[in-house]
Amino acid sequence: MADISPSPTATWFDWVKPKSTGRLITTVLLFIGAWVMVFPFIWMISSSMKPTDEVYDADFSIIPKTFKGFENYYGVIFEQPYMVFLMNSMIVCVGILVIQLLTAIPASYALAKLKFRGSSILFGTVIAAITIPINVTSIPLYIGLVKVGLLDTYFAMMFPFIVSVFAIFLFRQFFRGFPDSIIQAARVDGFSEIEIILRLILPSAVPAIAAFSVFSFVAHWNDLYWPLIVVQSQDKMTATLSMMQYHPLSTRTTGAPMPPPPSSPRRWSLHSFSPAGCSSGASL
Amino acid sequence: MTVSKRQQTQTRLAYLLVLPATLLILAIYIIPILFVFLGSLTDYTLVSDYYEFVGFENYRQMFGDEVFANALNNTFFYALLFLPGAFIISLVLAIAIQEQKQFRSVLEVLYFLPVTSTLAAMALVWAALMDSGQGVINNTLQTFGLPRVNWFGNEDVVLYSLAIISLWSIIGFNMVLFLAGLTSIPKNLYEAAAMDGADHPVDKFFRVTWPMLGPTAMFVAVTSSITAFKLFDTVAILTQGGPDRASEVFLYLAFLEGFEYFNMGYSAALSLFFLGIIFLFALIQAFFSDRNVHY
Repeated sequence: MADISPSPTATWFDWVKPKSTGRLITTVLLFIGAWVMVFPFIWMISSSMKPTDEVYDADFSIIPKTFKGFENYYGVIFEQPYMVFLMNSMIVCVGILVIQLLTAIPASYALAKLKFRGSSILFGTVIAAITIPINVTSIPLYIGLVKVGLLDTYFAMMFPFIVSVFAIFLFRQFFRGFPDSIIQAARVDGFSEIEIILRLILPSAVPAIAAFSVFSFVAHWNDLYWPLIVVQSQDKMTATLSMMQYHPLSTRTTGAPMPPPPSSPRRWSLHSFSPAGCSSGASL
Repeated sequence: MTVSKRQQTQTRLAYLLVLPATLLILAIYIIPILFVFLGSLTDYTLVSDYYEFVGFENYRQMFGDEVFANALNNTFFYALLFLPGAFIISLVLAIAIQEQKQFRSVLEVLYFLPVTSTLAAMALVWAALMDSGQGVINNTLQTFGLPRVNWFGNEDVVLYSLAIISLWSIIGFNMVLFLAGLTSIPKNLYEAAAMDGADHPVDKFFRVTWPMLGPTAMFVAVTSSITAFKLFDTVAILTQGGPDRASEVFLYLAFLEGFEYFNMGYSAALSLFFLGIIFLFALIQAFFSDRNVHY
């Protein structure tokens, strides 16, 4: 296109014009950047197969000099309570997700398609609640859980998240797009509202539900803040929270006494990938 | 069934459908927020059940408190380090990667990888990489003849270290947002701009890309600012606010006051301040999301 009409102001930046060499340099720079981004993972995988003293060796090599991979992973799986932590994370995340869907889908259908007094107040409350992060409500929620004696239970770990205002908002927007004429036709054919939800709305909303599920699961899998507050015992600890006790320099642990922090990095690589997707959901 | 009767059963059903969610919203959001507000007016501590109303004493204490000022300072300094990088690096990356033909998807995956990881776990890897003694980063610096850096032990450096880790974890996410914004810009706009003489990359960026990217840019700026203000995980795991409170950021201070020292009343005041900031960002976003589209 350059020959159609040459830029009249092209002077000082002529040299940045993408010639083929310029493009080559960009590509090389992008790959160097990518190496920096990926290096922590490479280091982690490499170190997970080294003996402890080699991890902090002055000359780092990606291929371990002494291969300890089998022992390290065996230790994580069978000698450490790490499988318990992973299980706890799984229970909490799945539990949260199931209850979130059970509460959000009916509510958002009513908000989207049914008329009732107070619906706009409820929807306004939902919008306002989206901006409230757990960090703000954590104190009264914690005190409440202390008063009813439910601290350090799965219930306490799930409770603040079992209604997702974000999900209600998302599904309501999605359901509104569903044609009213089909719902009317179904009503004429004798479908009850519950049947309409289960047999018409739900199948059409699978993409939205799937997307939300990934976001919700990842967000709570990665959450450190709330487990740090309510989890006190080793057998309720989530995988993410357990990272606190694997820090070589860490002195602080939550509540109950824990085994001394092992200083080997062998546990790092099993956990650091969350199952899927991305971790930046604001208030899921 | 008559129409009005049908309407009636439908309304009853609607109430039934929203009931669980409504009760839970009351229990999880509305009532706790009220209690945070009331609690911020008391000197309640979890340790003793006796407490009294102290009016706005907690807020007065907050604004006169050196520790609070320090935490706020740290948070803003950290945001100042973090935000330009989170915005500019991601934008430049998105533009550069978009122009790639054969490597585009590989590069996207590689840069997005940190976003998919659990930051709490990767913080441990960074702790080892940034180790002042035998860390890979310091060893590399030494090879190039540069001085070694005490990443987490030096008060003047620790916020830079945390900002680097946060940047590493967010760049891929912002880049994908920018890429989505870039792909939605119609190709014929560039052709039209080229017709009008704007065919140089720099011209194209300022005449077409940047104005069309307005809403995306606003979204990235606001969400990144909120992320910056919510810094917690890496502080809790790596520094615990140290050395000498140099990395004690706002949310970590609120956490310490509430759940380590059990000054619930004071911590409630801090929480409300935090909520105020979040609301401010949400307002900015709502305000600009309608106006910032230049067609």
